Amino acid sequence: MGQAVLEVNDLTTKYITRFREDIYAVDHVSLRVEEGKTLGIAGESGCGKSTLALSLMGYYFPPLHYVSGEIILNGRKITGMKPDEIRKTALGTEIAYIPQAAMNALNPTQKVINFIEDVILAHNPTQDKKDIYELARASFEVLGLPASVLHKYPVELSGGMKQRTVIAVSVILRPTVLIADEPSSALDVTSQKMVIKMLKGLMENGFIKAMIFITHELPLLYNVADDIMVMYAGQIVEKATAKQAVFDPLHPYSKGLMGSIIVPESGLRSVKLTAIPGAPPNLKKPPAGCRFAERCKYVQPECKVTYVPLYDAGNGRAYRCILSEKTLREAYQHGW
Amino acid sequence: MAGEKRVCLSGMGVTKIFGFGRTRTVAVDHVDFKFHEGEVVSIVGESGSGKTTLAKILLGLINPTEGEIYFQGQKRDIRTHRKKQEYWKNIQAIFQDPFSSYNIFRKIDSVLMDCIHMRGGRWLPHAKKVEMMAEACRFVNLKFEELTNKYPFELSGGQMQRLMIARIFLLKPKILLADEPTSMIDACSRATILDYLMDLRNAIGMTLIFITHDIGLAYYVSDTVYIMERGRFVEYGSADEVILRPKQAYTRRLISDVPKIYEEWDLSTV
Repeated sequence: MGQAVLEVNDLTTKYITRFREDIYAVDHVSLRVEEGKTLGIAGESGCGKSTLALSLMGYYFPPLHYVSGEIILNGRKITGMKPDEIRKTALGTEIAYIPQAAMNALNPTQKVINFIEDVILAHNPTQDKKDIYELARASFEVLGLPASVLHKYPVELSGGMKQRTVIAVSVILRPTVLIADEPSSALDVTSQKMVIKMLKGLMENGFIKAMIFITHELPLLYNVADDIMVMYAGQIVEKATAKQAVFDPLHPYSKGLMGSIIVPESGLRSVKLTAIPGAPPNLKKPPAGCRFAERCKYVQPECKVTYVPLYDAGNGRAYRCILSEKTLREAYQHGW
Repeated sequence: MAGEKRVCLSGMGVTKIFGFGRTRTVAVDHVDFKFHEGEVVSIVGESGSGKTTLAKILLGLINPTEGEIYFQGQKRDIRTHRKKQEYWKNIQAIFQDPFSSYNIFRKIDSVLMDCIHMRGGRWLPHAKKVEMMAEACRFVNLKFEELTNKYPFELSGGQMQRLMIARIFLLKPKILLADEPTSMIDACSRATILDYLMDLRNAIGMTLIFITHDIGLAYYVSDTVYIMERGRFVEYGSADEVILRPKQAYTRRLISDVPKIYEEWDLSTV
């Protein structure tokens, strides 16, 4: 087992709404990211993927609040630190985040180089502007972006180029962990491929040590991630390697997600896509038992009343279902 | 199979040029096409290949610079607003972004009510109209009782897109043009939306035109695939033929750009 750069134990965070209701969007999540590995997080909209990403940075601002659990980044516990301290010592330099709408993250009234100056000066106010330019130019060259981008305004760049610029800016301080939240969902397939190639190159070129990749596109996740974590309603429902998660999913929800994969390969037209009926539960009042019970094909009477823990299936694999591995596999193969 | 069916919409040398002089851009460059009744057609290309411009021409939102469009064998005539409205009874669209497809000031009832009025149901009793709206909502697995008196922003993206399909169910057009209908919603709702579109096609026998950059989606849904590059159709034919045995380098590149699960995804080609 490699060295863990990010370790999260039992993290719980909540949103407090205008009406003082608590919504536990990340519910007792534990994870471990090792050096040189990419962790993928899958799940449908509203299952807590993006909230988890925000929570992992340890920097909370209303309506998101920290409840319990710990985050250990590079051997240093960052939960319990003052927000200002985290912002100064961890954000950008140890953990960086590419938001979902990264295309809008650039300042439209600033040239890219001025934006980069702002980013670096925020962490090191004494840095010389010439050095910053050299650093930016060198990073852009390694990442395959033309240096001319530095002197352009964001409106002059195409969508794919903007996205790649944002990625380059976010890793300019060489963070240990990069969290990429749907970095390619607004792009067409060709630009998506360029973005993914660049992200994979970051680790090879020593810009980052580990990556957390969040998306709902499973074929993409399969190609990028080493391990996949499936989330549902704020909880982890399955942990497995990428291969296991796609070809041998255990939890009925993961199985449902895998049923909606569309790839241009010859077998596709003969398979009927399976959609999961219904919608995720309202987290204001989460169900007492299994949160997926309402939509599950294999639901048992006790599913709805008893809390289901995450069962360890060995070899780093875990799933949250009361049925045994054997029963589930048989059900998927021969029907229920 | 396609040969026996009647041609529903066809075009000869359709061209659209934006700007002139130095800024002259040929967005759609002399394309010919024949869409048959009940056929599912996909137009695939990357950003900037002219897919959406062609869609707008088909919908009659912009006029082509050159070329003719024939609707059910007749030359399309949309010179007056009245004729345009008549034409839009036959062709309808679902757009990429469900959040901007609705008028935010109007309630959901009025969206569906307009559709009934457009099909000449203005003088029906109110109870009958409610029943029609409820039926349309049931078709896409929404509950009308929960939607009535709500504004569009109270729905999720998937629900909005499903409501768009409910609209189409009420309008029963001859042609439905879907411009990237699933690119803004997650993979799980995507399967649901595609299922409803296919059910709808079977229920009212319309022609479905998909405009997409996702060649996997095109392969899954369509009978015929047109590949568009820089305003031209570079390759077309049945889905199996185009996707499994592509002839053009451009088609091969589009296919190689999509992440796959059974084959190795080659990242070195960009």
